[in-house]
Amino acid sequence: MSVWRAIAAAALFAAAPALLAGEIPPDARRSGYSFMGPDTRAMQDDDTSNPGMLFVLEGEALWAKKTGSAEKACADCHGDARSSMKGVAARYPAFDKALGRPITLDQRINLCRANHQQAAPLPYEGRDLLALSAFVAHQSRGVAITAGDDPQAKPFVEQGRELFMQREGQLNLACTNCHDDNFDKRLAGAPITQGQPTGYPLYRLEWQTLGSLERRLRSCMSGVRAQAYDYGSPELVALELYLMSRARGLSMETPAVRP
Amino acid sequence: MGRACDEVGALPPPLAGKGWGEGVSTRETPQEERALTLAFGSTSPASGRGKWSSRQRRARPPISAIAAFIAASLALSPQTKADELVPYAIVGDGIPASLTGSPGDAARGRTLVLARTTTCILCHSGPFPETRFQGDLAPDLGGAGNRWTGSQLRLRLVDASRFNAQTIMPSYYRNDGLVRVGRNFAGKPILSAVEIEDIVAFLATLRN
Ligand code: HEC
Ligand code: HEC
Repeated sequence: MSVWRAIAAAALFAAAPALLAGEIPPDARRSGYSFMGPDTRAMQDDDTSNPGMLFVLEGEALWAKKTGSAEKACADCHGDARSSMKGVAARYPAFDKALGRPITLDQRINLCRANHQQAAPLPYEGRDLLALSAFVAHQSRGVAITAGDDPQAKPFVEQGRELFMQREGQLNLACTNCHDDNFDKRLAGAPITQGQPTGYPLYRLEWQTLGSLERRLRSCMSGVRAQAYDYGSPELVALELYLMSRARGLSMETPAVRP
Repeated sequence: MGRACDEVGALPPPLAGKGWGEGVSTRETPQEERALTLAFGSTSPASGRGKWSSRQRRARPPISAIAAFIAASLALSPQTKADELVPYAIVGDGIPASLTGSPGDAARGRTLVLARTTTCILCHSGPFPETRFQGDLAPDLGGAGNRWTGSQLRLRLVDASRFNAQTIMPSYYRNDGLVRVGRNFAGKPILSAVEIEDIVAFLATLRN
């Protein structure tokens, strides 16, 4: 959007906080929620009609369930998630010192399973992993996003930014072409949002299930007819991290509802 | 507990106007995808905002030079690969000669432009009362036949970046110099020469 670009350029000129040309200034950032119709918003707002809340409830049960050969539940180490998990998802992907790279919430859950529960990893996009990550992320609903602030994460944020700017696929389009330059417009009649990651995992009516941010990103990649990156690949994690840092200050909404 | 694969496989086909990106890839399941992505190797280095891939990034020679180059390479190199494109010559700001040697079919062109898989309608709108699902990322196609000659329309479809290096409009008749093209699409142009000619014939009828 040329208006935002002009504003961004002006902000750069004023030597205000460093903002790269073309990026959406903080006060113009909006969740996908603000692009939706009243019905979808109402469905997200009311916990009794939000289909994502079923997954949150399932996640709550899994949180308390002993599993793996260690016979431990998440709750045995972390206690009451309402306090111990509050704000955690707003910081993810987070830099893991042992691995020396950022990891997603899904990867953190599977690391806990491997290291502390001695349980097999849960498959990506499987119901249990979605339920657990929805439950954990739900504890951050309303918390402002701060992921990417960790100085050690910076090179990975930058890698994600480059991937966001890179044209790819047979249609030769970059994420930025739609989500920085053309939000508020329509692609085949459907609104294009800023591509903010605030509500994940979220319930998409079109999917008829909850889905992860990685699933969404892979859909956009297939949309431009590019080879989608593998679930959990360093590239997807970096993109996720960039999106979260790009959403800095926006509130978490998990589980959101989208058309 | 049901695995992701089962659920994903059960998804209904996307509705018109929705389903951006869904259903395009044949592989939604993480387990299936893994081998594939590993085989694909690492990311190509990204460099700058919405940058074209390397072939595009080089400064463009003037169109006349390109035409001369194409003409020369036509004379020199016999076709080798199966997916090789039909040769064409750029003259001025267009491609005057039909890619197939004969005129296209405007009725088929209309159907193509309206088909979501052709992708025009994702971005463009036009005088198509029967579909609500039109885009507004690009100019309305109404009157395109007044504004452009057949020759210009052909070059626009073949490689819109000749008109505007930063354009978001894909090059429909190009099969190289792109980044991470999906396996099902690699090495192929988006449209065939016949389809390009049909669409050119249809666009030429859009007069007002
Ligand atoms: C040609 C346009 C286009 C391109 C290119 C594109 N997207 Fe999207 N994207 C969409 C549309 C349309 C949707 C669905 C509506 C929406 O949520 O914005 C979407 C949805 C999203 C969402 C979900 C937003 C929400 O509120 O849930 C994210 C995140 C996203 N895209 C990120 C990306 C990333 C990262 C890339 C590059 C790998 C990308 N997109 C490339 C059009 C595009
Ligand atoms: C991703 C977006 C996108 C897609 C897909 C797309 N276009 Fe375009 N098209 C544009 C934009 C943007 C312009 C404006 C000029 C420019 O940027 O090159 C344009 C310009 C044009 C023009 C000239 C319009 C005028 O009258 O000035 C024609 C004709 C055209 N496109 C036809 C097509 C056809 C036919 C298809 C499908 C085969 C198509 N476009 C697909 C984005 C797109």
